[in-house]
Amino acid sequence: MANEILRMKDITKIYPNGVMANKNVSFTVEEGEIHALMGENGAGKSTLMKILFGIESYDEGEIFFDGKKLDHAGSAEAIKSGIGMVHQHFMLVDSLRVYENIILGMEPTRGPMIDAETAIGQVRELGEKYNLRVNPLARVEDISVGLKQKVELLKVLMRGARLLILDEPTAVLTPQETEELFEQLLLLRKNNHTIIFISHKIREVMQICDKVTIMRAGRSEGTIGVEGTTAEDISRLMVGRDVILKQDKKPAEFGAPKLRVRNLNYINRFGKAMLKNVNFDLRSGQIMGVAGVEGNGQNDLAETIFGLTRGATGEVLADGKNILGKSIREIRDLGISYIPEDRITLGVASDGSVWQNLIADRVDQPEMKSGAFLSSKKIEALSDELIREFNIRCKSRNQSVGMLSGGNMQKVVVAREFSADPEILIANQPTRGIDVGANEFIWKKIVEKRDAGKAILLVSADLNEVLELSDSILVMCEGELVAYFEDAKKVTEEELGLYMLGLKKQEALGHGQ
Amino acid sequence: MDSIGFDLVAFAFSTIRVMTPLLFASMACMIFTKGGIDSIATEGIMLMCALAGAVGAWMFKSAFGGLMFGMCIGVFLSFTFGYVTLTLKANPVLAGIALNILAGGLTIFIIYYLTGEKGSTQSLATPVLPSLDIPVLKDMPTLGRIISGHNVLTYVSLIMVAALHFFLYKTRSGLRMRTVGENPHAAESVGLSVMKYKYLSLFIAGSLAGLGGAFMSLGYVSFFSKNMIAGRGFIGMAAESMGQGVPGGVLLATLLFSVADALSVRLQLMSMPPELMQLLPYLVTIVAIAVYSYHREKKKERRQQTD
Repeated sequence: MANEILRMKDITKIYPNGVMANKNVSFTVEEGEIHALMGENGAGKSTLMKILFGIESYDEGEIFFDGKKLDHAGSAEAIKSGIGMVHQHFMLVDSLRVYENIILGMEPTRGPMIDAETAIGQVRELGEKYNLRVNPLARVEDISVGLKQKVELLKVLMRGARLLILDEPTAVLTPQETEELFEQLLLLRKNNHTIIFISHKIREVMQICDKVTIMRAGRSEGTIGVEGTTAEDISRLMVGRDVILKQDKKPAEFGAPKLRVRNLNYINRFGKAMLKNVNFDLRSGQIMGVAGVEGNGQNDLAETIFGLTRGATGEVLADGKNILGKSIREIRDLGISYIPEDRITLGVASDGSVWQNLIADRVDQPEMKSGAFLSSKKIEALSDELIREFNIRCKSRNQSVGMLSGGNMQKVVVAREFSADPEILIANQPTRGIDVGANEFIWKKIVEKRDAGKAILLVSADLNEVLELSDSILVMCEGELVAYFEDAKKVTEEELGLYMLGLKKQEALGHGQ
Repeated sequence: MDSIGFDLVAFAFSTIRVMTPLLFASMACMIFTKGGIDSIATEGIMLMCALAGAVGAWMFKSAFGGLMFGMCIGVFLSFTFGYVTLTLKANPVLAGIALNILAGGLTIFIIYYLTGEKGSTQSLATPVLPSLDIPVLKDMPTLGRIISGHNVLTYVSLIMVAALHFFLYKTRSGLRMRTVGENPHAAESVGLSVMKYKYLSLFIAGSLAGLGGAFMSLGYVSFFSKNMIAGRGFIGMAAESMGQGVPGGVLLATLLFSVADALSVRLQLMSMPPELMQLLPYLVTIVAIAVYSYHREKKKERRQQTD
């Protein structure tokens, strides 16, 4: 198995907005191996694979596949040379039948017609060969996610792919479906196919991969053989932080619990359990960081507490009242504020002006009115005050929010949510993708709130943020709370990584703390 | 039946007659939609083609020439709409409204320029497309009187339904066009050119709208008169959605609207207030869409509950 099939050499990719997604990444894969590509979200693994598949351009470097240099000419060339990709979001046409999706673009014909019989036969035969059994005549909209993935695999194999790129294939699968997929992958390897397996689940990688390449912050941290290495080794390479910012703060003084979460369960609309029996208390004067690899339920936790999801069970008690199932207005009226993960869709109305966005949560309050009408005098005074206090860089309060930079847009959200004077603040990725200055400012504001005795739940994918800002830390993995650290200072990033990746779990996490 | 009574045979005949332009419209909308293109411009394209048909027939002194000219204009306008919305990325609803309004004004301008009148092209001598007696059928008692003796385009429109069904569901290009319309990313992921199949759909839909428009001035009546499409393009959109985008379904939905259309003509003849009766087809459209949407939502709800 020493036959090198792929060599990517010194790949560098800089996006037009200046983000460096890949920096001098070299990546080699040998024929007939299952090679894992690991890293946290944003580490650059998907970008690297999109470059390989020809759907993303690159600035520097070279790619050799099967000894031949690949020019960069779109995915058609990659497909022709024998590279196939199963995307995380399936590329299927729902209203078409399974076999139609598979033969698309290479339909066998008889006269002017598609030769459906031959096509169905080809699909059946391929399915038998690789043990990927799907009814060729079923409509894609009627089949399960697991079957859809098999259709994607068949689609790629039908085109003669020898190198298969699977982008987080298990993210959408149930445990049983995952096991089945693994058996199929092993069968593919036996047939001398090569597989690149993108994942951030160490257990899965240890189970079926031969080698693993780890990426962090756009760079390759090296390739190691899975045999003879431990999960801890991989975890150490994968989870780390580049300390950019530090936050000084007084020692925390925890008060009475403000928010109690009891037996919280939530199943999303795809039937996946995103929150499993979550219990914790959030106290006044506490910044509670929630860490975890993205997609492990942290976002669902924040959204469920703030009433943005439907159908969760359990209790979320704010001042003893269960707020689960209440409207967002009612939740806000109880003194809870929310900084959403996605500021553009949930945080602001981009076409609205700065002042409109600043008062969006309080237009119906008497403080904004004189008589039955909105008082422009009061609104203007408040807006100007917030623009000053939160240092929002805008031409005027009338400028539309969509014209502001990401950092200033986020400051508009923060100004609105903080000035509502909440008792409980839920901050979901409060500083994602914004400049250092705005980041520092928002951190300072959060610490001020804590010092004023408010309770803050901080969900963040940025490990540095969690470790620097939090007083206590919760770790989530696959919808469960797997660890609680009362004192954030006593935990190292290595240790956090073991919990985040599901290698360790605190057992006594039943009922709050 | 007495003299003002309801002549069912004549009614069935006129239903088929009024169905022809509606069927072209709804088939055009169906092909637009299948290719993932907004069908809102169908109305304006048909109106321009109605004029193109009359003017073409007058210029070439042949109804067939007029028909071809109308089709060419249909394809030209459809491509223009496609270029503006797909390549230049203009908002399709705005572009469609612009095209519809432009058609309303420009057609009047052109007939005024050609004839000096603002209402119609009656003063231009234009040949019309022939009607067709179907050999064996025409001698059958009732059926013959209903089915035989229609304009040649009426039969073309019906054959077109079957042909489009074959094209969409049996051929390679049809499959690819449906893919491009429903999930362009899926098409790209297997290396298909999205634009190529979008323009194919523009070509077919434009031709159909052209045929429907030209039929109005070359068969339905023998001249162009202003605003003669009178919402048929929009009724086509409604029929497309009610027929769930499959040729057979769209045909049935179109038939329903045609019955309403024919009924409104009949009832006007029976000394009912014409202003009120002219409302009928549009009223049926609104009611039908409301009922259809209600059921679709119910079905969706039920499906979600069982998930």
